[in-house]
Amino acid sequence: MRNFLIFVILLVSYSVIYAQEPSGKAILQRIDENYSSENRRAVSTMVIKGRRGTRTLQSESWIQGMEKSFTEYLLPAREKGTKMLKLGDELWIYSPSTDRTIKIAGHMLRQSLMGSDVSYEDYMEDPKLSNMYDSKLIGEEKIGDRDCYILELVAIKKNVAYYSRKMWVDKERYLSLKEHRFAKSGKLLKTLVINEVFKIGKRWYPKKMTFKDALKKGSGTEFIIDSIEFNVKIPEHIFSKASLRR
Amino acid sequence: MLILKLAYRNLIGAGLRTWLKVAVLSITYVLIIWHYGFFTGMLKQGTRAMIKDEIAGGQYWHKNYDPYDPISLDESHSVIPSELEALIKNKQATPILIRQSSIYPEGRVQSVLLKGIEPEQKVLEIPTSQLNVDENVLPILIGRRMANRNSLEVGDYLTIRWRDVNGTFDAIDGKIVAIMSTQVPNIDFRQLWVPVKDLQKMTGLENEATIIIVGQNLFNLPDVANWDFKDHDFLLKDINEMVKSKRVSASIMYLTLLFLSILAIFDTQILSIFRRRKEIGILMALGMTRLEIILLFTFEGALNGVLAIGVAAIYGVPLIYFTATKGFPLPEITEQYGFAIARRLFPSYTFGVVSVTILIIMLTVTIVSYIPTRRIAKLKPTEALKGKIS
Repeated sequence: MRNFLIFVILLVSYSVIYAQEPSGKAILQRIDENYSSENRRAVSTMVIKGRRGTRTLQSESWIQGMEKSFTEYLLPAREKGTKMLKLGDELWIYSPSTDRTIKIAGHMLRQSLMGSDVSYEDYMEDPKLSNMYDSKLIGEEKIGDRDCYILELVAIKKNVAYYSRKMWVDKERYLSLKEHRFAKSGKLLKTLVINEVFKIGKRWYPKKMTFKDALKKGSGTEFIIDSIEFNVKIPEHIFSKASLRR
Repeated sequence: MLILKLAYRNLIGAGLRTWLKVAVLSITYVLIIWHYGFFTGMLKQGTRAMIKDEIAGGQYWHKNYDPYDPISLDESHSVIPSELEALIKNKQATPILIRQSSIYPEGRVQSVLLKGIEPEQKVLEIPTSQLNVDENVLPILIGRRMANRNSLEVGDYLTIRWRDVNGTFDAIDGKIVAIMSTQVPNIDFRQLWVPVKDLQKMTGLENEATIIIVGQNLFNLPDVANWDFKDHDFLLKDINEMVKSKRVSASIMYLTLLFLSILAIFDTQILSIFRRRKEIGILMALGMTRLEIILLFTFEGALNGVLAIGVAAIYGVPLIYFTATKGFPLPEITEQYGFAIARRLFPSYTFGVVSVTILIIMLTVTIVSYIPTRRIAKLKPTEALKGKIS
């Protein structure tokens, strides 16, 4: 009888603990909530650590939902005035030195964005993960002093850039602190490490992160969010090709 | 005959002056013939190499395929048309699937074309049979230029990253099983050759191709909907145009040389007529007609061209024979010019080129020799005897 009671208590405790663990899908939705907004405006710095030294670029971006974004480079002087416009799955880049707008398509999308570890394709990606992946909670681990869930994501849509991902998600802030992106074959392609986060309103957002092409040598590219505003008013003309030359 | 003998004697009698003109003219002969031979050889070798390694008897291109537009490449594929299946089965045609991909030699990212080809194909003379390996690995065949540029060797593994038909990334480590030596950079620079079945599987494009290359000497090739047949005239247009433009630019050099030679002859003719006024008067007094005297002077000038043929033959024939049989090495930089060119070039001299060159130079020299002699027609024998020229 005593053994049966212990078994029942253990079973109930396990069920309670298990019931408290959110599902992979729920975690993913919480992550999306952190990132998604109707629109946002951000000033960010990109530090590209290459074999020949380090380059720092600063840009200002206006992002409307998932479909539209406009970026203007502010620094260094050589890149100042370079603009990028994303409309759906199309991308244009304007270079002030040549005074030309070119459409980035085909193989050019695979090339690195300003020499960083991020490709134009990465830049174009739909960031709403729950739309694209089925997720499974596969464990827990500490990243630094933060308790994290480990999520395994497998694509549910065919046109997803990375077939699977592994994410270490902060249990409290629902922000992925580390991420591995894999090819269909299971080969690791990209890694993302969030080094610093900050709270803006009710949401937690990455402040400093390092993006690295796992197949390439180098220390990766660091992104720093200098300032960000959510749900701001962005004039519609910003997302037009005419604004590239303005 | 007398005029000819006299002209020859006068010419030889002029000594060094004659031999200087002859020397310059002979260099012109040799240079023109050598240059034409050089470019004809270049065109012949390039064409032969392209037919052997790249275009065979012609190619069917998918309607969207444009080798100069990488943007359209993603859309340039479809199922191998049934009309060409029999040719493919009989090894008279081979399908090629072309996709964009990235490789990471020494940790650097590089965009390359991934080309799928049947290892058993007999249409092109590239060593695709080496793609038949027993190992459970993606075999890769690359060209020597590609290998040198990226310090790759047989046995090296290369990480390839590509997108499948839906746009999802995939990556695999392939093994370089062979490095081919080809004169054709179009099948070498930034390209990896892999078995077509593997590439079709990797990209989810089962039984699809971008181009279909047909064997040589095939006639009555079918018209295929959505596929355009490109014949030799089209596929060799670039190399033909390139050699044509090179010929034009090179001709500036030997036209300058020819101009200098004829200027020397023209000058000598004018001087001769001036200095030999009395001689002209005596010849007239002895009964020579004006026409005969004009002929004498014209022959003298034209004989420079004849003598130059002899002199050019003395040193030009061995030189031309030597370069035609042994060829000559080209600097490594020529490999980066982007057209089919061998490391050792064998000029090709034809009877046509030699005879046309001789004809053009002889005609030019004769005309140039004749023009100053027209003044003789106006000469009065009495004035000529006195040394006057009107």
